Amino acid sequence: MGSDSRKSDRREFLKQGAALAGAAALGATAKSASGQLPGPESQLRGTPELVAYGKRSRFVTSKRIPHGGRPSPDSFGLDFHIATPLQDHFGVITPTSLHYVGTTRGSFVPDIDPAKHRLMIHGMVDNPLVFTLDELKRLPSVTRLHFIECAGNRANRRHVTVQETHGMTSCAEWTGVLLSTLLEEAGVQDGGNWIVAEGVEEVKGASSIPMTKAMADCIVCYGMNGEPVRPQQGFPLRLIVPGGEGILHVKWLRRIKVVDQFYMTYNDYGHLRQDPADAALSLQIGPKSVITYPSGGQHLPGPGFYEVRGLAWSGGGKVARVEVSTDGGQSWFDADLRGEPQPMAHTAFSFNWTWDGQPCELQSRCIDEIGQIQPSRQQVAEFWDQPADQPPRVKGQDNSIQPWRIDSDGGVHNAIA
Amino acid sequence: MPLLKFLLPLLMLLGVSAQAQSPTYGLGRAPTAEEIAAWDIAISPITGEELPAGSGTANLGSELFLSKGCAGCHGTDGEGRMAPRLMKRDIAQPDDPWQWGRILPIRSPYAPVVWDYINRGMPLGAEGTLTPDEVYSLTAFLLWVNGVIDDDQMELNEENLPKIQMPNRDNWAELPEWLPGQPRLKGYPY
Repeated sequence: MGSDSRKSDRREFLKQGAALAGAAALGATAKSASGQLPGPESQLRGTPELVAYGKRSRFVTSKRIPHGGRPSPDSFGLDFHIATPLQDHFGVITPTSLHYVGTTRGSFVPDIDPAKHRLMIHGMVDNPLVFTLDELKRLPSVTRLHFIECAGNRANRRHVTVQETHGMTSCAEWTGVLLSTLLEEAGVQDGGNWIVAEGVEEVKGASSIPMTKAMADCIVCYGMNGEPVRPQQGFPLRLIVPGGEGILHVKWLRRIKVVDQFYMTYNDYGHLRQDPADAALSLQIGPKSVITYPSGGQHLPGPGFYEVRGLAWSGGGKVARVEVSTDGGQSWFDADLRGEPQPMAHTAFSFNWTWDGQPCELQSRCIDEIGQIQPSRQQVAEFWDQPADQPPRVKGQDNSIQPWRIDSDGGVHNAIA
Repeated sequence: MPLLKFLLPLLMLLGVSAQAQSPTYGLGRAPTAEEIAAWDIAISPITGEELPAGSGTANLGSELFLSKGCAGCHGTDGEGRMAPRLMKRDIAQPDDPWQWGRILPIRSPYAPVVWDYINRGMPLGAEGTLTPDEVYSLTAFLLWVNGVIDDDQMELNEENLPKIQMPNRDNWAELPEWLPGQPRLKGYPY
């Protein structure tokens, strides 16, 4: 994202803030509990379009932004990376229209007729199979909450908002057929240790996945948040690889080939590392969390009560605990988890806090059910004996703690050094 | 795998493939050998076993690099412009190939990976239009630019491409087996 567009986004944000402040002032003057009584001028007239498919209020303007240093769409109409406005989310499900989008190198979105789409399973199997979408929908299905996070979801000190630091993760309710059901139907042969999952888009994006993972919990999904998967997310079929980094979740899925070894395909090349530790940390998302309110770019109107809110997730399983610190990581308190945490899904947390008006720093950290603990950047640097005079570098996928600094004027700022 | 490749069409012809292990749900149908061949572009990186027959040279590849528009984005010699650099960087200590940069035709441990990348993803906007011979020539050109092969007249084909000794052949980290419910890295608390 260029600095110009950031400036204009910032201006837009400020304008909206001013409008909200004005509305609040009017409400206070009127001393009205309802604030506004609907009159003929403020009623929405029904239209066939709104009857058929609803839309949000014109007063709700939350939106995704291009991310990763390149425009989306670019001058050719390719989308690259698009970040979700985490600061505006409630609960754990990312609205489908706001789900983040990541592509390998910038991509057109395929416009696929589902009636013509096929899924082929072949390679080291006894019964190669081709399925239509209707056939897949007849098979036993599962519906599960899972997050998807891009490996490039890496905060840096230049980022202002949580949308910029963490907006390349989203969580949806996915519906489809377990990949294990399809692989058992095809009959995996001895030595079939990996699969290559491939999409239908122009680069035929393909990812290699170990058979242990493929059989464990991967899902061939046709449903997302109660609707067919959206085109930007892989319509009509997307492979969900719970807890795996985003690029493994192959969109526009049309082929699964059972093979004997890691195939180092187009998408896999990005995983190539010299250091085995680096390689191990780049495949599965680590324990991670972030406070979305208050977060960077927001402003606290004054001392008093605030419900600190955020999201936690881990590729290792369920979120077991989330802790919050209001003193820059010196002391930690348990946050409240919303609902029953689901494996490899965003979990919402909250923490009741009274701000005394003094400068402070908010942090959160996630502890997952297998005991992995989200680290600070300093802890990572010390673990790997990184030079103390250089900024810490988090190996693999960055799951480090996000610090938000609150100034005495109520301004909230990214505190990554 | 080689056995499978030859047996598969035969098995389908005889209609016995479905008897090997009986499916539970009986949905879907067996693809024909032609259908599989039309879609199967995945190439085994080590054996290159699925590589199609064909051949090319760096000399031919250098012309294709211009005529197919590669140079417009990657630079005339692959020095990189709008698209990534494809020529290794000059560095003080040339012993460590990882210091040459994240450059596919020199960092990849196996030459068929380079072939696969070009075959799938290039040229931008005209993916899938290159013939196997053209992909062999472009692969040869990029290997020649990076000093992996010395002779720009050397013919690369489905037989000798997998045998090319890439500098990182034994110098990369295997991915860990991904066991559900296990930490990412043993002994790593985070």
